[in-house]
Amino acid sequence: MTDPAPVCAPDPAQQVVAALAADLDTGFAALYERYRAPVFSTALRLCGRRAEAEDLAAETFLRAYRALCGYPPARIADLRPRPWLLTILANQWRNDLRTAARRPRPAPETDAPDAPDPRQSVEDAAERHETGRELAAALAALTPAQRAAVVLRHVADLPVAEIADVLGLAEGTVKSHISRGLARLRTLHTPGGTP
Amino acid sequence: MTDPATDPATDPLVQALSGLAADAPGTLLERIAARRVHVPGPLPGEHADLQVAFTDQGVAFVRAGLDEHEFARAFRARFARPLLPADRPPAGLLPALRAGRPGALRLDLRGLSDFEAAVLRAAAAIPRGQTRPYAWIARQAGHPRAVRAVGTALGRNPVPLLIPCHRVTRSDGTPGRYIFGDAAKQHLLRAENVDLDQVADLARQGALLIASDTTGIVCYPTCADARRITPAHRHGFRTLAAARAAGYRPCRHCHPA
Repeated sequence: MTDPAPVCAPDPAQQVVAALAADLDTGFAALYERYRAPVFSTALRLCGRRAEAEDLAAETFLRAYRALCGYPPARIADLRPRPWLLTILANQWRNDLRTAARRPRPAPETDAPDAPDPRQSVEDAAERHETGRELAAALAALTPAQRAAVVLRHVADLPVAEIADVLGLAEGTVKSHISRGLARLRTLHTPGGTP
Repeated sequence: MTDPATDPATDPLVQALSGLAADAPGTLLERIAARRVHVPGPLPGEHADLQVAFTDQGVAFVRAGLDEHEFARAFRARFARPLLPADRPPAGLLPALRAGRPGALRLDLRGLSDFEAAVLRAAAAIPRGQTRPYAWIARQAGHPRAVRAVGTALGRNPVPLLIPCHRVTRSDGTPGRYIFGDAAKQHLLRAENVDLDQVADLARQGALLIASDTTGIVCYPTCADARRITPAHRHGFRTLAAARAAGYRPCRHCHPA
């Protein structure tokens, strides 16, 4: 058991929900500010390409806003924003995969590599660049289910129970996707820092 | 059992995966949300305050005389997109409002039907100080019989004042309806020096088109060419067919229908 949260620091999810209940537009700004990083990280590592990830992240937030427009206050009050947003993202991603499977396009691996994030520090970027690029490419070799579970657990840092909600799977299934996914990544990828 | 590869805290693979997190680019929010500003408009009284919503594609929505809540509700009902405050109006908005045409200002007209877009493009081509009937727009938009639908499409104009739907009038010479009220339409046309009284007088005499017997050309009464015809050489016609039968050809500037 962890200590109860201090009273003076309310849960950020609760703050976002309160802002959404007060006004949809200012609430949306708070929602975006709080969750843009996990949403974009997940989109980027699921899609593999920046342009597609931006499309997916933008579509996710737009769908979220449109859903909120139709939600009664009670439903907004019960919202758990992070798993809710990532559920929208995961569903949209799986739909996109189905569409892409029907209309094949050039494989993502042949595409230009990610441009480095300009806000990252130079040393950081240089150090991570090789490892990151290789590992990001290795993620594409996982099955979609394994990739989704591994990305949500280890890139977006969600607990297993929340991933189970997002993907609509049992927790045991999520754990097995994660461990098989990690095992597969170990055969594909040797982290640069290991001697 | 203390293999570093199985302990998540020290597993280099897990460390490397957490390093793959990335923040969203700064431009992402602009792809999702629209921005809103207040600007002064050309209308008097309760319509003087304009609210303008714009996206990364261009200006999407202009309304006059609404409070912020009403504007947000109208925008949400139509666009279902978050609407956040902007620091400043988009470049080119104020000159475009003064000129009464978009010029170089980009407009975001996604969400309009092909017909609505064609109607707005036709209306955008009417020069300042001139008017055209609804039937003219219908013909320019490629649907000459859809005159009533033109009225509906103009009534839904998301960007009035920038696309000057106030320059579209009834064929009997009266100004007709307007999104901000009939009085606002008259105010805008008079401010552009359209002589509404003269147009109405001519219409009462059955002159919906004006021809010059020195050039042999027939125009709409507000066409810049028609306004130069001296009274002695003016001839009024009710229809283009009647003018053609009398030997006149339609003006290449105002394209009377």
